[in-house]
Amino acid sequence: MSQDSILSVDNLSVRFRTHEGIVHAVNGVSFDLAQGEVLGILGESGSGKSVTLRAIIGLLPREYASIGGRVRFGGREIQHLSNEELNAIRGARIAMIFQEPMVAFDPVFTVGDQIAETIVRHDGASWRDAMRRARDLLELVQIPSAKRRLAAYPHEMSGGMQQRAMIALALSCNPQLLLADEPTTALDVTVQIQIILLLRELQRELGMSVIFVTHDVGVATEISDRLAVMYAGRFVETGPAVDVIEQPRHPYTDGLLSSTVLSARQGHRLNAIPGAPPDLMALPDACSFAPRCRYAEEQCLSGVPALSPITRDHATRCLRVGEGRLEL
Amino acid sequence: MVSKTDNTVIVVDPAEALRRARQGRGYWRRVWERLRGDWGTLSVIGIILLILLAAAFAPFVATHDPMQGSILGRLKGFGYNGHILGTDETGRDLFSRIVFGARLSLITGVLPVLFALVIGGFLGVVAGYFRGFPNSVIMRGVDVLYAFPSILLAIAITGMLGSGLTNTILALTITFIPPLVRISETVTSQVRSLDFVEAARSSGARPLTIIRFHILNNMLGPVLVYTTSLISISIILAAGLSFLGLGVTPPDAEWGLMLNNLRSAIWVNPVIAALPGVMIFITSMCFNLMSDGLRQAMDVRL
Amino acid sequence: MVTTTITDAVPGMTAVEQQPLLVVRDLRKHFAVKGGFLGRTQAVVQAVDNVTFDVMKGETLGIVGESGCGKSTTARVIMHLIEPDAGEVIFDGQAVGHSDGIGYRELYRNVQMVFQDSYSSLNPRLPIALSVAFGPMVHGMLRGAALERAASVLGQVGLDSANFANRYSHELSGGQRQRVNIARALALEPKLILLDEAVSSLDKSIEAQVLNLLFDLKREFDLTYIFISHDLNVVRYISDRVLVMYLGKVAEIGSVEAVYTNPQHPYTQALLSSMPSMDPRRRTEQAPLTGDPPNPINPPSGCRFRTRCPFAEDICAGTPPRLTSRPEHGISQQVACHMHDPSSGHSRAMATEAARP
Repeated sequence: MSQDSILSVDNLSVRFRTHEGIVHAVNGVSFDLAQGEVLGILGESGSGKSVTLRAIIGLLPREYASIGGRVRFGGREIQHLSNEELNAIRGARIAMIFQEPMVAFDPVFTVGDQIAETIVRHDGASWRDAMRRARDLLELVQIPSAKRRLAAYPHEMSGGMQQRAMIALALSCNPQLLLADEPTTALDVTVQIQIILLLRELQRELGMSVIFVTHDVGVATEISDRLAVMYAGRFVETGPAVDVIEQPRHPYTDGLLSSTVLSARQGHRLNAIPGAPPDLMALPDACSFAPRCRYAEEQCLSGVPALSPITRDHATRCLRVGEGRLEL
Repeated sequence: MVSKTDNTVIVVDPAEALRRARQGRGYWRRVWERLRGDWGTLSVIGIILLILLAAAFAPFVATHDPMQGSILGRLKGFGYNGHILGTDETGRDLFSRIVFGARLSLITGVLPVLFALVIGGFLGVVAGYFRGFPNSVIMRGVDVLYAFPSILLAIAITGMLGSGLTNTILALTITFIPPLVRISETVTSQVRSLDFVEAARSSGARPLTIIRFHILNNMLGPVLVYTTSLISISIILAAGLSFLGLGVTPPDAEWGLMLNNLRSAIWVNPVIAALPGVMIFITSMCFNLMSDGLRQAMDVRL
Repeated sequence: MVTTTITDAVPGMTAVEQQPLLVVRDLRKHFAVKGGFLGRTQAVVQAVDNVTFDVMKGETLGIVGESGCGKSTTARVIMHLIEPDAGEVIFDGQAVGHSDGIGYRELYRNVQMVFQDSYSSLNPRLPIALSVAFGPMVHGMLRGAALERAASVLGQVGLDSANFANRYSHELSGGQRQRVNIARALALEPKLILLDEAVSSLDKSIEAQVLNLLFDLKREFDLTYIFISHDLNVVRYISDRVLVMYLGKVAEIGSVEAVYTNPQHPYTQALLSSMPSMDPRRRTEQAPLTGDPPNPINPPSGCRFRTRCPFAEDICAGTPPRLTSRPEHGISQQVACHMHDPSSGHSRAMATEAARP
């Protein structure tokens, strides 16, 4: 764990007990997040990216989910905290934004009341001060005529405005860490870019650390300093965004980038990854991408490959690339 | 020929898994599989079957003639002179009367619900599928019936038509039509708005074909669950009508009627007097529990 | 000589027969928003407003736009799943629903649709083979023959029928379900398939597989596609021509090359530069538009984009722009913008007019 990291996740695993069996949603995720860093977690549905985020903030239902490994935030281990301590950290030092803004808001209270209430609860400010700060926050997230919007109910706002208001709510207690779970996925493309730019600007100004979960390569590219590509509950490649995008070092990342149609030429078939993601109830003790990988060999099926560094901060969970026997 | 499948599933026994996959597990098979593990519901269904069998084979199950009274042996307790459950106010064997009474009680509990299911289901599907004018006519009509509480409606109809088995069934059928129209209409219009119905429409299919292939099999589960929950209400309502003298007439054995007749005996032999009531309670409870169990097995949200 | 001019006019479509398979003329659908006492009409959503376009035989027409722009309603109105208020649909030279044209049943034999939600577009109570066989059965094929047809189309979409025919939709993955939906559309041997966000809910790696399937099927069966999507990258990849919709109206239509490399309408320009950059060294620095798309209930007067348009002038509020083609763009590109109509009186229209030699 480096000196300036504010979040340290070590061998995090999440299992869900269901009627059909045990779902291995997250299988050993480790990373450090530095102060002011933006980590993008890129993965498809079922890769465990959202579950990882929820495990960090302790949002998974304890009766179904068993969590292993350690999550240290600000020098304290999250899983050893009581519910009260966890609640104090959530909202104040770690905040989360979602794909669907309506889940963050109570439909029967105005946006201003809800932001002010959070400020009063966590900071003990007076109502009047809290309202003033709520207005400042709405201005910060570039909501026009912020003062008037304080009195608006969530459903009276358009999708993009709701998303901005949710960001304002998340920022209300100056969190050190912002967890973003696909916050732009439900938005139209012209609004999406506005929200991405807003988040980037706020992150720079406030010096927050951000973990941004997305399935969209373009969105991840726009927002991330560092990228982690997730597959079957594991990070399969991590590194600076520039390196991962320009020089993918895991066959899955490579396949994902070449199956996004931007790289394809019109009138030619796409370079698609065959097959489908593995069944999380029956993960093999092997490289989980091997059944779909065109470079797979016998050795890939003998145990889960380690996340091995290629350069100082670019790592891959591919045996052949890791041993320098494969150039992508 | 394109040959790209995306089914990389890791399995324990490939041959067995393939065989299973090829068969495909339809909805009703999954319902049965879920039901098989639910011992509570299975035993409740067992009790219902037992009561049904006893009613069907009443002459063989009954120990005495249910109509044969005795001046001396009135309101006797359990086991008196070979009467397992004692005797009623005219000295008739109570066990035999309860067994025979099950016939009428079940008929008045189940038949009105079945009739109402057919009529209400039909109207509901029409209203839900065609929307617009047919919907307005049917649903406003139902609203009028809804304005009366169901027990009052049943009492009013039998009061008008006179007592007797046929009129009881008729009255209860009319009482249960509105809720069944409403649930069928709701479920139908939910199913109708799903994309597979649009897809069926855009293959040029006519409404009747779409209803037969795509609507009925999807609405059956929820409507059936609701229907079974109505049976318990119907049994209680029928018993209530008989109790008030508006249903089955003496000397026929029917639980509600028996309860009424034994009412005055509550101070002489309260256990005996309560027995028909206990049967009404057990039967309607069982139908209710079965309905809940089916709801879970069918994964229905009402 | 004549042939060359035509091929020049419509780039990338040299080998394609130049005859419209589907003609959509002045299609209009307004929805009344009812509310208040006795459900009086309170507002009108102009979901599709005088939309006109042609689809050539063998081409893929992409339709893009943001949510609420009316692209899905357009598809449903063409399929007559929603009754249009006005306008006509002409399939292969025959007006649909006219006494001297073809009926809807005939239309459905030739035009099929694939929906976005792969799960809700399959009946959960039917084995997939029967879902696929339903269409042919409706058109008079016997059950046995229809099931045989289903098995063969399931094979064509890459689902081995021995393994899949008797399965139910919940037993399939999203990608497999969408293959079944494509098979269902193919079972009637249509000439035109409307794909309404057909790959939008799939994961990228599965999306690529389904796009490849669509690519192969189109070649094999000489299909024509209308491909509706909000994903500009996918539309660029799969389409020959693209139609950009904004609040129920056509903003711009043209060949993919023309529209993507030389967009004329300010909205198309903004839409394209809103796409996230795929280059981490060159991220987007400024959002081309501010604010959200306006509510389609009671849209702005005149040009509907004027409230977000940096070049809006008085004329834009007054009159709605007509869809016009400029000589230098040939017939391949048409724009509904006053700046491209020399007679509109827009100052920039004048300026470009004057600047031209």
